[in-house]
Amino acid sequence: MLKLFALLATFLICAPAGATESYGMPKLDIGKGGHCVAPTEWMRVNHMKVLFKQRHETVHQGIRGSKYSLKNCVECHASLRDNSVIGRPDSFCEGCHRYEAVKIDCFECHSSKRSTALAQEDTK
Amino acid sequence: MANHSPQRFKTRLYYALLAAGGLVAMMGLYAAHMMEKYGHIITGMNNQIVWGMPHVFAIFMIVTASGVLNIASIGSVFGKAVYKGRAPLAGMLSIALLAGGLAVLMLDLGRPDRIIVAATHFNLTSVFAWNIVLYSGLFTFVAIYTWTLLERRMNRWIKPAGLVVFAWRIILTTGTGLIFAFLVARQAYASAILPPMFLIMSFTWGLAVFHVVQSAMYTWNNRIQDPVILKRMKNLLGIFVLGTLYMVAVYHLSNLYFAKQTAFEHFILLSGGIYPWLFWSGYVVLGSLLPLLLIYHPSLGKPKFVVLASLMVIVGSFSLLYVFIIGGQAFPLDIFPGYEVTSTFWDGQIGQYQPSLYEFLLGFGGLAIAFLITTIGVHALNFMPPEQTPQRV
Amino acid sequence: MSDTDEQRRQFLKTSVGAAAVAIAPGMLMFDMAHGDTEPVSSKVRWGMLIDTANCADCDKCVKACNKENGLSGGLSPTDSQWMRKVELKDMRTGRQLALPMMCQHCAEPPCVDVCPTGASFKRADGIVLVDKHLCIGCRYCMMACPYKARSFVHEPLHDQKPDVPRGKGTVESCTMCVQRVDKGKIPACAEACPNKSILFGNLNDPDSEVSRKIRTVASTQVRADLGLDTGIRYQGL
Repeated sequence: MLKLFALLATFLICAPAGATESYGMPKLDIGKGGHCVAPTEWMRVNHMKVLFKQRHETVHQGIRGSKYSLKNCVECHASLRDNSVIGRPDSFCEGCHRYEAVKIDCFECHSSKRSTALAQEDTK
Repeated sequence: MANHSPQRFKTRLYYALLAAGGLVAMMGLYAAHMMEKYGHIITGMNNQIVWGMPHVFAIFMIVTASGVLNIASIGSVFGKAVYKGRAPLAGMLSIALLAGGLAVLMLDLGRPDRIIVAATHFNLTSVFAWNIVLYSGLFTFVAIYTWTLLERRMNRWIKPAGLVVFAWRIILTTGTGLIFAFLVARQAYASAILPPMFLIMSFTWGLAVFHVVQSAMYTWNNRIQDPVILKRMKNLLGIFVLGTLYMVAVYHLSNLYFAKQTAFEHFILLSGGIYPWLFWSGYVVLGSLLPLLLIYHPSLGKPKFVVLASLMVIVGSFSLLYVFIIGGQAFPLDIFPGYEVTSTFWDGQIGQYQPSLYEFLLGFGGLAIAFLITTIGVHALNFMPPEQTPQRV
Repeated sequence: MSDTDEQRRQFLKTSVGAAAVAIAPGMLMFDMAHGDTEPVSSKVRWGMLIDTANCADCDKCVKACNKENGLSGGLSPTDSQWMRKVELKDMRTGRQLALPMMCQHCAEPPCVDVCPTGASFKRADGIVLVDKHLCIGCRYCMMACPYKARSFVHEPLHDQKPDVPRGKGTVESCTMCVQRVDKGKIPACAEACPNKSILFGNLNDPDSEVSRKIRTVASTQVRADLGLDTGIRYQGL
């Protein structure tokens, strides 16, 4: 219930915030970074929508390898220090989500670690 | 002044009851919070016994919520004057119990934070999904119905509203029974007799709860119940208890007749440890035979015995549901008929289940929610049956 | 044209041919697996034929399943077991056998029928899955499954496999290694079986190896009396 309220509240707060830079925005560890699949401003506003669509297509229709896959996000943006997008105040996902006070519901199930790094660990 | 202090005492007692109910409800919420934080590992439920103590409480309350409306239906649909005056109380009790039961059911989910998904994604083939509609419908219809009863200008709509509620609750309890009846592979459940069995059970448990609440109200208001009315209502309870006993007997006897089910019946009625014990002593003796004695024995049958009988029926209903829900899952699925089976996943073995404290806290929390709604409702609105009853001396 | 040229040409031809023969089955499988961006289609129905003859002393498929999907392999009543080894003894004749048991990927799955939110679903290619984004954790599917194939995640998990998301409070079961199948590979259990006793393939293609074999050898569906038309068949049961 609490989470629900939090979600509703953040919706209201977030709506006007949108894509503009505002005071006190966190400095994020963007990992490898580089050229994103879409412009940063657009991704800031729309990443949840494309992820939402993509998750449905992958789970129900088996469409894999879309450029909007969560695994792709993590692959580029996991910190080079701990290979993760969550866990620290400046982690790529968590930093912004803390700032916006939106709960991330992805990484209870999905791996927050860069998969190539995990593969390396596996072979060690 | 002499009149004043009992009144003050009562006000204090009222707030004390609210505080006690609130405390138990808070404990229930605490249990739910812990279950969400640590997962179901802190309960006794596991991959063999997937539904446990919370479901016993929840199904008791949901079934009873429908059954308690029987009082209202006898008044509004079948036109019995004695019951008409009691219909508003029945309506309020129904809403209270349904709220308590659904709270337990929802808070036991693995992802209670996603309850909104249950409303936005709807699988039409699922009995569970039908029940979500049936439960929310019952809330609405009973609320409207109770309004027609209490608001004098709406009185002319009592009958149609009562009819809708009557039909809706029969369908609702059928739906609750179907949750189990549709489980094709489970020996304990796949049976067409379950919906009618649940229906009769709802009549019995609803009336028992009604008796308890009604007599508490009479005591609170220093009134005694009209012995004629009480006699009629206690005899009705007796008939319902017998009816439930009959349905349960037919359910087990028909299982015994099918050779493939005899092993299950042997387990649940004889060799299964806690389950046969609860069935025979909890449900049959304490929950059925003793109440029948209290109800029908000529020298008994006084108000306090009726309340005692009702309380016993309620305890018996919990025993029966425990045996039905948990015992039914404990008996192994017959995946390979004709084979003795062993595996690391408890194939062919009796499922082990030890309810944890959190499950009880959650269950009692649900009862406390129902209790709070009832207590506040009874205090705030006039639910006393209107007939002239003598003051207690 | 010189002789050496001719020889060189011949050599190239044969090597390309050999390479094609080597890659073709994989490519075909990949083709059937609809490629990367195409949705799965009902032209395919994935299934398995499991020969139980060599299962007695082996549980490599179970181990491979745990590894591929990141399961702990723990055996407490609250641990997930997607695949388990079942030992059977015929009560009348005394014949013993063992087999791997998991989600049978029914054509008419009871778990899908009962799921209130539609989280349990069957993909067009016959693989029965749980959409964990929709699962509310009511466990009704576990009550309905005749094969006890499903597990509930009882505690918070960490370090899941990137391709196999799993999480507390949701129900899960064998996915037929959908993450592998979608990339044209065969499920981990089938790959790990040292006797090649788990034959994976397209039941809708009459020429697939699995279809050809179930036409010629006797095989059974578990609890066929329920009429669920399972995608997994057993030989020697």
